[in-house]
Amino acid sequence: MLKVSKETFSYEVTEDSQLLDSGIRLSPITIAYETLGELNEARDNAILICHAFSGDSHVAGFYEDDPQESNPGWWNFMVGPGKGINTDKYFIVCCNILGSCMGSTGPSSINPKTGKPYALDFPMVTIGDMVVSQKQVLDHLGITRLHSVIGGSVGGMQVLEWCVRYPEMVKSAIPIATTMRHSALAIAFNEVARQAIMVDPNWNKGDYYQNPGPDLGLAVARMIGHVTYLSDEAMRRKFGRKRQDNKDFSFNFEANFQVESYLRYQGSKFAARFDANSVLYISKAADYFDLADKINTRESLQDLQGSHSKFLVISYTSDWLYPTYQAKELVQALKRTGQDVSFCEIEADCGHDAFLIKDSRLTNLLEGFLDGIEPS
Amino acid sequence: MALNPPEQLRFDLSIIASWIKPGARVLDLGCGRGDLLAWLTQHKNIQGTGIEQNKEKAAACIGRGLSVLQGDLRDEVQDYPDGCFDVVILSQTLQQVYQPDELLKSLARIGKQVIVSFPNFSHFSIRLQILFKGQAPKSNELPYSWYDTPNIRVITLADFRKFSKEVGYTIVKECAINTHDQERHGKIVSIFSNLRATYGLFLIET
Repeated sequence: MLKVSKETFSYEVTEDSQLLDSGIRLSPITIAYETLGELNEARDNAILICHAFSGDSHVAGFYEDDPQESNPGWWNFMVGPGKGINTDKYFIVCCNILGSCMGSTGPSSINPKTGKPYALDFPMVTIGDMVVSQKQVLDHLGITRLHSVIGGSVGGMQVLEWCVRYPEMVKSAIPIATTMRHSALAIAFNEVARQAIMVDPNWNKGDYYQNPGPDLGLAVARMIGHVTYLSDEAMRRKFGRKRQDNKDFSFNFEANFQVESYLRYQGSKFAARFDANSVLYISKAADYFDLADKINTRESLQDLQGSHSKFLVISYTSDWLYPTYQAKELVQALKRTGQDVSFCEIEADCGHDAFLIKDSRLTNLLEGFLDGIEPS
Repeated sequence: MALNPPEQLRFDLSIIASWIKPGARVLDLGCGRGDLLAWLTQHKNIQGTGIEQNKEKAAACIGRGLSVLQGDLRDEVQDYPDGCFDVVILSQTLQQVYQPDELLKSLARIGKQVIVSFPNFSHFSIRLQILFKGQAPKSNELPYSWYDTPNIRVITLADFRKFSKEVGYTIVKECAINTHDQERHGKIVSIFSNLRATYGLFLIET
């Protein structure tokens, strides 16, 4: 089985050119990343995979210290030898995003000035800042050109940001189940999630690292988020009105319906592994993200030689967080600026999270598209 | 690249392919599984794009490395800048669209040339069916009954020539052929084409 290990790369930010989009200097920055496959001699077979909101650098394979193979990567069905994103052919890099809590610098990291976790002293970071930090990792690995940048959801936002910030490095891009900017609906759900965390007394204005954290608020935030990742059809199919343990109504506020019990379980599982402040920061970064104007201008998507990236945009029929109309808006903008773009909507009832569920249609699309990108 | 173009194109598509210059920017509307685009990419080094409504067919195209948009061709043609293709191909679809005049106008806007092909409704076998049976005709090219046909209009070679003249399209090339729907072989019809051809192909410019 494919073995991987989590690496880290740390760098000092000294130049003014490396300030965050907010104008603040954050230093040092550590980015956790994992790689799979081998970088070839021409160094032109690298693919960057960008993870979604609560993901991490563990995209595929198993860690050395996991002989039971209990912890597969989050896209294990897609990435590996002979798989859709074939590690026999490509060198895969996946970085944990800036602001997260899975090895990269975020609000739970130690602030060198105080020796304590940053908490709310951590500066607001943007999707652009995340991409800039990923570029540092690629520089460190000696990669100057990417065969492709691939990601779903918030990972798809990073893909688009890559195409705008470093068009000269991106030969092809696959934004999946994503958007050029959040709708009011998406911002609304994020705000409800943030409020759920911030009203938990344990949140304590973000300063909770020495004490029990806002686990209840964080669990509620995840319950909201989880509903937006599913769909009406998927929930009907999975739960309907099924009762928990086939019991009658208890006439109190216990979880009588399976869907209630499921959401409670998902909420507490998430609270055990994720930092509440990271949810606040990442959700805000996703809300701030807006590339509509940049993608609507031809210059921002081409390198100095005027060459363009090749795009494959994918959406899902039952995704109500980033519905197909938003993917189509992206496709329209890319067409208007003369980009080489392919688009396919996949019929699936699993909602926004469909790209994380094994499906040969997505695998075939990615495999064929990646094969069709000519080597530089 | 795993384009896997067919060894030999369907007869009507092979004529369309012969009209396309190497290196051209080509948009194929209703491109199906992308046989024509794959063939042209392999043999004429074109920069091809396809539009296909059927999700499974569009995915098959992308899976073979072609640039294809899944969607309704009437909507999809709206977003391209003027003149961004050398050739736009509308093969055997004109008889199925609402407002074909509007569609052709859009195609002439985004493409320097437009290739249109359609089954010829004035083939003698069709005329004879109406004359002797008094029923909506069926043929190998138009095999449906009146109640289940996707072909919502009937077009003849003479109709298309007249239409082109009226709206100001120049017919640069024209070919009438006698072939059956999925066949790789066929004949070019040069005499009494409106009577004898099963399909007509036109290359027009504005």
